[in-house]
Amino acid sequence: MAEQAPSEEDRLRIARQFIEAIPYAAALGMRIEALGPGEATMSMPWAEHLVGDPQSQVIHGGVVSALMDTCCGAAAMLHPSQPRSTATIDLRIDYMRPATPRQRITAHAYCYHVTRSVAFLRAEALDEDGEHPVASATGAFTLDR
Amino acid sequence: MANRNEPLHQIKSRRDAALKALVDGVPFLAWVGIRFDRRGDELTAVLPFQQKLIGNPLLPAIHGGVTAAFLETAAIIELAWASQWEDVEQGRLTPDADDPSSLPRLPKTIDFTIDYLRSGLPRDAYARARVVRSGRRFASVYVEAWQDNRARLFAQATGHFMMPQDE
Repeated sequence: MAEQAPSEEDRLRIARQFIEAIPYAAALGMRIEALGPGEATMSMPWAEHLVGDPQSQVIHGGVVSALMDTCCGAAAMLHPSQPRSTATIDLRIDYMRPATPRQRITAHAYCYHVTRSVAFLRAEALDEDGEHPVASATGAFTLDR
Repeated sequence: MANRNEPLHQIKSRRDAALKALVDGVPFLAWVGIRFDRRGDELTAVLPFQQKLIGNPLLPAIHGGVTAAFLETAAIIELAWASQWEDVEQGRLTPDADDPSSLPRLPKTIDFTIDYLRSGLPRDAYARARVVRSGRRFASVYVEAWQDNRARLFAQATGHFMMPQDE
């Protein structure tokens, strides 16, 4: 008997559970905003203990990296080719401007090219000024079949 | 010219105080638990393992974002440390962690690229950064990180930074 492919709805539900079970994502207060085929939108709040520059109160770059990495990983997992798992090969982050303190940061990631074993992703992070990105990222992720 | 006869304990406490001021001023470092070991002017960033740093509970493995933050921190602190070393040695700079206005301004990351070479184990991690090029405005830094074996890196990174400009 042929195994039935999970429905789109099932896959999104599974992905949601998977992301919500990541301890570090939970510790940073990450929240899923939207999931779709090969793309994801996630956000996280500013917090005093995440500050990287005491003078300006700007959040640490590494926190933005974590949001980008998680969001890219989620988008790779949600590619319609249905990979079993994924891991980051490399990730480049460009910091375009300091994120405004006390504002929520939202990242959107999508697969712009996928081979049998690798997904290429792009992501952008915004604060509450939704027009001028805080950071952008490109990354390669493994796809395990 | 450094004073050769300066008491050793005084030299050590001056250097340790300067390092502490750099690190203690950053709330995020305390929250993730990053600290620095110093041997002369050589720094090693240390990240003790904690459950909250997990990114993949099935393996389990440290979150890629933790690794990224750890390497970026190792790079920034090394860069700030190296650029203020002479001033600290000459007694021109005496940063105090309790007085934020005395703290040196940190370099700003322009871009940062991380290679994930193997998954981060649920164990302590270490990183060392090397300033490849340091100019008046820009600097380029290479970082490598390992866990159990110094020769088996689990991540490496390069980044470009904007140096703080004197007013």
